[in-house]
Amino acid sequence: MKRVSWGWAALLVVAALLPLLRPSGYLLDIGVNIMIFAMVAYGMNVLLGYTGQLPLAHAGFFAIGAYTVGILTLKAGWSFWLAWPAAVLLCAALGLLLGLVAFRTRGDVFAIFTLGVGVIIMLVINKWDSLTGGNEGLNGVNPPAGLEAFAQALGLKLSAGFYYLALVSLVLTVVAVARARGSTFGLSLIAIRGGEDLARSAGINVYAHKLRAMMFSTAIAGFAGGVYAVYIGFLGSAAASPAQTFTILLYLLVGGLGTLAGPLLGTALMYGLTQALQGLEDYRFLIFGPLLVVLVMFAPQGLVGLWLRERARRAVRAQGRAQAQEVNRA
Amino acid sequence: MLEVQDLGIRFGGLHAVKDVTASIPAGQITAIIGPNGAGKSTFFNLISGFYQPTSGRIQFAGEDITRLKTHEVVSRGIARTFQTTTIYRELSVLENAMIGHRVRTRAGLLDALLRTGRERQDVQGSRDGAMAALTRVGLAAQAHLPAGALTQEGQKRVGIAMALSSDPKLLLLDEPAAGMNPEETVNLMALIRELVAGGLTVALVEHKMSLVMGLADQILVLHHGQKIAQGTPAQVSRDPAVIEAYLGSHAHGGQMGQTTPAETTLQKGGAHA
Repeated sequence: MKRVSWGWAALLVVAALLPLLRPSGYLLDIGVNIMIFAMVAYGMNVLLGYTGQLPLAHAGFFAIGAYTVGILTLKAGWSFWLAWPAAVLLCAALGLLLGLVAFRTRGDVFAIFTLGVGVIIMLVINKWDSLTGGNEGLNGVNPPAGLEAFAQALGLKLSAGFYYLALVSLVLTVVAVARARGSTFGLSLIAIRGGEDLARSAGINVYAHKLRAMMFSTAIAGFAGGVYAVYIGFLGSAAASPAQTFTILLYLLVGGLGTLAGPLLGTALMYGLTQALQGLEDYRFLIFGPLLVVLVMFAPQGLVGLWLRERARRAVRAQGRAQAQEVNRA
Repeated sequence: MLEVQDLGIRFGGLHAVKDVTASIPAGQITAIIGPNGAGKSTFFNLISGFYQPTSGRIQFAGEDITRLKTHEVVSRGIARTFQTTTIYRELSVLENAMIGHRVRTRAGLLDALLRTGRERQDVQGSRDGAMAALTRVGLAAQAHLPAGALTQEGQKRVGIAMALSSDPKLLLLDEPAAGMNPEETVNLMALIRELVAGGLTVALVEHKMSLVMGLADQILVLHHGQKIAQGTPAQVSRDPAVIEAYLGSHAHGGQMGQTTPAETTLQKGGAHA
């Protein structure tokens, strides 16, 4: 456990020092995007990885977070620093509403229901011209107040400021998810994932726990959406598309469901790969497809899951060796 | 301690349990027996709030619990185990027991995110409560093993520990000895006796008559969803209605629990009541 924490700390230091090496704007952009989408993956992981419920409306909540920030800053003149928490609260509240209905279903029906809600969210954003700009989208969402000054104080450009905004957001997300997972609340979610009826008879209020997991999960998606809105500056309804949800689901599956490092690793790998294969355009799916098949066949727990299993196997083997030595000595 | 009155549930046209009026006295072991499909497990599912009865009332410690949800029933002090070894195999033994203790803790998501005092207190309380339960079932030394690594008997004990860590007054055991060899069964009986000596009330569904006859203070016999007898083992095994239900009307004489000693199992197999 200790060693893992050191790994995270080292990763954080490297990530924090990166902009000081003055990388190209392209590299920095990839970094920001990875961090934003990794956050959404963390949000989905709370429900899918820990609670065992497949939610397919998360791009919708991501877009609601983004549009809330866009609309409040552009049309209501709010500061980003107020609009952002408001977006998170709105996403949590809407997550609660969705959960109140959706958790009357289980399993596949739940997934399909939420997928439908995701499509509805996209359509509402696309058609509500007066609020969201409809097809035209929302243009010119301003950078957060003070972000440029912060970057300049470090002798860096605004893009580096966004990088640090995304990094701090990601760190907050990972810490929040890790704390939730390590709590009695989190153990109850794991119990629900392992068997809903058993969890119920063990005395866990399954419905209430699922609702809170949903709120937490959609709040994280909205949190990421807020960063996305100010970073991209332009919002279109495509951000809410189910295709986006499935892309993030892919990140999560590659990285490893129900693991703390999985969402970040999967997003970094798959987003990086997508960028590296940009030249192939849609032909890159010829590579992704077989890759995913191989992954599901040989590492259904994702890459982090594979690593954890290997480590457990080694621990068992080491234990076996130690016992054998004991026996030899005796 | 627990009283049911005219309890019944209908699935479509089928009366799985019908007009059962019975009581589970405090501080004793009550066994619920009956042929396959008699409604024993359904009876447990009704008491524990898994099913909502279509008729009748359930009273526990003077409170009407008929309409309570399962987790509310557990919080009142009724815990249960399942027929099969239904536990979280991939989690540690300790975590299994901690899950059972959740009903006694209040910390929620915000407490977890902010690491409030209540959260830390509850985590510690869960550990302590879980360890106490594991000690009671004799698994304290195995607390950090994956539950799936234990023997069949060990896993049964994990299930019992999970129920015990919710701090119940009444423990419902659904076929606790299923899949156990005679020696394990004897160990289990000793454990159940210890728990009752510690003040717990136990009700169990069981097919192994050796266990039922050797353990139960009270036996409640269900047949086709209806109560046909309740009394001490001696009374019940002499009851003509019981003998007929078990052996059919052609059987004469043979008294339950006296036919074969250790291994008599009146019913074998899936046993879905």
